[in-house]
Amino acid sequence: MIKYILRRLAQSLIVMLGVSVLAFGVLFLSGDPTYLYVNERASAEAIEQVRHNMGFDRPVYVQYWDFLTKAVRGDFGMSLKYGQPAMQVVLERLPATIELTMIGMFVAVVFAIPVGVIAAAKRNTLLDGGPMLLAMIGQSMPEFWLGLMLILVVGVQHKILPISGRVPILEPLFAGDFATLVGTFPDALRHLILPGVSSGVWSLSRNARLVRSSMLEVLGMDYVTTARAKGVKEQLVVLKHAFKNALIPIVTIVGMEFGFLLSGDIVIENIFAWPGIGRLVVFAINQKDFNVVQASVIVLALLFVGLNLLVDILYTWLDPRIRYS
Amino acid sequence: MSEVTTATPVVVKPQSQRRRVTTLDRMWRSLLKAKFPLVALVILGAIIILAVGAPTFSPYDPNAMDLSVRLLPPAFAEGGNPAYPLGTDGMGRDVLSRLIFGARVSLIVGFTAVFVAGTIGVTLGVIAGFFGGKVDDVIMRLADIQLAFPSILLAISVLAVLNAQRGVEVSNRTMLQNLMPLILTLGVSNWVTYSRMARSVTLSLREKEFVEAARALGDSKLSIMFRNILPNSLAPLIVLGSFNVASTILAEASLSFLGLGVPPAVPTWGGMLAESREMLITGVWWLATIPGLAIMITVISINIIGDWLRDFYDPRLRN
Repeated sequence: MIKYILRRLAQSLIVMLGVSVLAFGVLFLSGDPTYLYVNERASAEAIEQVRHNMGFDRPVYVQYWDFLTKAVRGDFGMSLKYGQPAMQVVLERLPATIELTMIGMFVAVVFAIPVGVIAAAKRNTLLDGGPMLLAMIGQSMPEFWLGLMLILVVGVQHKILPISGRVPILEPLFAGDFATLVGTFPDALRHLILPGVSSGVWSLSRNARLVRSSMLEVLGMDYVTTARAKGVKEQLVVLKHAFKNALIPIVTIVGMEFGFLLSGDIVIENIFAWPGIGRLVVFAINQKDFNVVQASVIVLALLFVGLNLLVDILYTWLDPRIRYS
Repeated sequence: MSEVTTATPVVVKPQSQRRRVTTLDRMWRSLLKAKFPLVALVILGAIIILAVGAPTFSPYDPNAMDLSVRLLPPAFAEGGNPAYPLGTDGMGRDVLSRLIFGARVSLIVGFTAVFVAGTIGVTLGVIAGFFGGKVDDVIMRLADIQLAFPSILLAISVLAVLNAQRGVEVSNRTMLQNLMPLILTLGVSNWVTYSRMARSVTLSLREKEFVEAARALGDSKLSIMFRNILPNSLAPLIVLGSFNVASTILAEASLSFLGLGVPPAVPTWGGMLAESREMLITGVWWLATIPGLAIMITVISINIIGDWLRDFYDPRLRN
């Protein structure tokens, strides 16, 4: 077990090294990164000055080594727009993104399982066709468009829920300020509903379809037929015999869910004025604040790799058959 | 592959002359039996025709502004004008015309980016599966790195740099030049699924008799990989590709929505949605609704076709 964890850890390190090359290399896509930082009408001397100040006149491998050794210490330089260290700017937005992703995850997983199980158990009835049609639609629309529609109907026409902004949950929680947390929690939740639903529906649709097909596969197996032949109640067959084995492929997907949700949340955050990393990264790109872009990319990738590592370890612990593979 | 049969031969010919029932024949028959996929195919076909003939079909120039008719609701709604069937936007541009031209971007990007992703992914996957060992390790580790990087994040950072440096010369570029960064980024960031699938299929085919035979006949490795193994692994890759076209169209819409896709002068569905945002709070509903419906109808058609293709190729479901 320890050996397996160590090997996965080493793999994750290699992956992060690769990500760092990408985050660093992206600046050089345009050839000379100096031009990203200077005005179009800058004089040749001014350009030369910027090139020297930014260190772009050094060999690329020296620049990368410099980037890497600083990145390991969390130093991505100063944000050009915020006047603070880029890493600090990113970390301040991290709790918002985590909150949104977790709500999205909740929507995607908690609702998908009953919908999929019922659809499979009641195959070819309205309880199957209806939800599956909805799931097909949910999987075929851009999440941000669902967000826009929710803003239009729920926020603008009926004014039921707030359509922008955030009330923090994680910050007071970690600060240990429970009085504030309890006081603002209902409002915080209300702010989370629309972005959370927009974020989770695509995954919810995919997961519901996945649970259904996985259940159908298991329900067709011999041991299920045996259970039925023995006279076990249908409800028990579905919920106990079949469901347990149908869960295995679902756990795998849930492990990768975070990455999917994170990608979608970058756009969702921009629609609901949600102060997370996604909104920051788009702002930073428009402002050419590339230090912040690099720091965001590394933080998001680190989050993603770390969670995948955790899921893999949990997985081998849950299902001993696949250990050390 | 031969063409589709229209009638069974009346005269029974000797075995050698009788038409073989090809995959295409079976596909056509299965399609006629299933209703949804046929409808989806017709809808997708119509969208493709509209996109190809956009200048002919669209009633107005998609970029022509007429402030005297700005923010007209669609013709079927109250206050609409039949001359503008889907209404006009904040600058008085015809929504229908922009929608038809927007279809071009979605479809071109969707299909070509998948082609790029498929080509890179399948090539690397077949190589990894065929050679195994160190080659396999390196390619699969690269795949892990790619997977650790949410693809939209890669697209955003690459497009950010490319957009930041593109200056004045944008205006007189062709459509394809405008779309190229988008196609390449979305293509490159999606190769992993193809390579994983191509690799696993190659691993299972590598030891089969026909590959053995080709090897015994002295075929080169390249020929075995791409003339023996690849054609036999196409079915699952086509299914994967069809779903990927759908998800790429969604990704393109997201990037265009963020303003990272194509120059603002090119009408896109995502870009139209972005422009609709500021007017949403004032109750201008059609600008936000219509392009989203267009995306949804296109993507749902492709997804239904993908579902049908998957069922068609799945031998367990075949009669």
